[in-house]
Amino acid sequence: MALLKAGGRWASSVCDTEVIVVKGPEDEVSLTCGGVDMVEAGSDPLSGELDDSGDGTQLGKRYVDEEDTIEVLCTKPGAGALGSGGNALQLKDAKPLPASD
Amino acid sequence: MNLMMLLEMAAGGFGDRVAVGSLNSGLTVKQIFDNAGLAAQRFRNANVENVAMIDMASPSLPICLFGASWAGLPFVPLNYRLTNQELNSLLERISPSIALMQPDTQERISNASKVHPVMRDDLIASNHTEIEISTDWNMDGEDTAILLFTSGTTGEPKAAVLRQRHLVSYILGSVDFMSAGEEEAALISVPPYHIAGIAATLSNLYAGRRVVQLPEFDAKKWIELVRSESVTSAMVVPTMLSRIVDQLVSEGPDSQGLPTLRALSYGGGKMPQPTIETALEILPDTNFVNAYGLTETSSTVSLLGPEEHRDAFSSSDNSVRKRISSVGRPLPTIEVSIRDEEGNELPSDEPGEIWVRGEQVSGEYKGLQLTLTEDGWFPTHDGGWLDSGGYLFVTGRIDDVIVKGGQNISPGEIEEVLLQHPVVTDAAAIGVPDQQWGEKIVATVVLHQEHEAAEEELKSYVKEHLRSNRTPDEIVFLDELPYNETGKLLRRVLKEKLVDLGDGSTI
Repeated sequence: MALLKAGGRWASSVCDTEVIVVKGPEDEVSLTCGGVDMVEAGSDPLSGELDDSGDGTQLGKRYVDEEDTIEVLCTKPGAGALGSGGNALQLKDAKPLPASD
Repeated sequence: MNLMMLLEMAAGGFGDRVAVGSLNSGLTVKQIFDNAGLAAQRFRNANVENVAMIDMASPSLPICLFGASWAGLPFVPLNYRLTNQELNSLLERISPSIALMQPDTQERISNASKVHPVMRDDLIASNHTEIEISTDWNMDGEDTAILLFTSGTTGEPKAAVLRQRHLVSYILGSVDFMSAGEEEAALISVPPYHIAGIAATLSNLYAGRRVVQLPEFDAKKWIELVRSESVTSAMVVPTMLSRIVDQLVSEGPDSQGLPTLRALSYGGGKMPQPTIETALEILPDTNFVNAYGLTETSSTVSLLGPEEHRDAFSSSDNSVRKRISSVGRPLPTIEVSIRDEEGNELPSDEPGEIWVRGEQVSGEYKGLQLTLTEDGWFPTHDGGWLDSGGYLFVTGRIDDVIVKGGQNISPGEIEEVLLQHPVVTDAAAIGVPDQQWGEKIVATVVLHQEHEAAEEELKSYVKEHLRSNRTPDEIVFLDELPYNETGKLLRRVLKEKLVDLGDGSTI
């Protein structure tokens, strides 16, 4: 379980994926990548086996949970897919703003 | 959070794209990354507290900006057009520093022992492939990323502090990673010491859009660059757009127009409505975006998008049409509230002070008390209102409001009317001290060449369009109005010029 603070960085234990939290709930939740809990970037990875059945992560894409309480941005891509509480996070539809600068 | 995270993502996602310059000779994203790493080493070894830039835009700008973030030092772009005295007094405030410059800038610096020079071209290594760089930037979002001196139209310049978390939040909240096509190019003609110049450098890089720089604005060169570099988007301040429009109009019916230009955003001051209407007409295939933001808010907080421009332009509903002169709606990550003088929230359509809140809002000046309220609101000192649809209208700086006979009069509304008169090219309304009224309204007006307009005619023109207490007491005809080089009207200069028109009373 992890407290996902906006701006916090999390790394996969089993692949190259890294994310930064855009939005997180007040309570601790689970955040997994490739089926294994993610760890705070810079700390030792947990042991586990990569479940590569998902699509993995894509650089620069945002991922959200169904309730829209968690949003993370992928800063490094990897083979494992993101999840929380046993459910896969989904790719967020981008609604681009017109370029203003 | 650190801006370097954004550059690292860009280098990982599209490192071979040209980031700045021409397609055949520009620097790629990867080259910017590598050179920023080398610059960071150099900045650290210099044992300084700030990384200054006393130079116009060049490919060294992104290298210097990111290199400073990599080294954990504030990047401080300075206005290279300042007088030597002004420049040295700012350098003193950020000393000791390392400063990006050109060779002939060195003789301008009085305290050379506190300013380590680094030449523009020295930041671009010709061969750096063998050098190991450790990606060891600090991810603490509290680090100061940029110090920007305000233009100082009132008093001593203040240094606005933009921390890593402000700028990273702005980019993540307003730009989608790699959302630009490989053929896209943005033309930047605002200088590096203007927040829009910094924001454009960051957001285009994160979007994967090549940047073409025009260091010193000139309408003809700007148009040539759009054509020769197949520029697809650009940002301009109002004075730039009016010169571009004039230049395009002067090309006559055979003008080839600007067919590659898909998007043109404007901001940084009030845009005269006739200018934007002509622009919409002569650039029918270009999408227009009006952006409103301040240095203290890490650039844009509200924008009027292309569809909203078209809707407003073609609507028969008066309240919708009016929105062409609004700055649109706040970004999804930004809240806007209109407050009275006591800080109470006002209902829609009522004018007051614009307050904003969001992760990108800094409201902080170096050495001064934080201007944010406890719950994170920043009073902008800009006046304005929100209409019932949530569209934001900006009337101008609250300090510029004319108080005549106890009535608050916004110069903006008088100026807007005057600018619609066919012989008027520029106008500014100023309050001049007056014993009877506190202040009286003096309208300074620039006329089209070879045109004359009687003072009475312009007065009655304003009277036809606005309440009678808005009618100027006097009209003064000038050859031009004073602007700073980024298109900001210098009202203080005008006020000093007009002080003789008052009756000697002070307010």
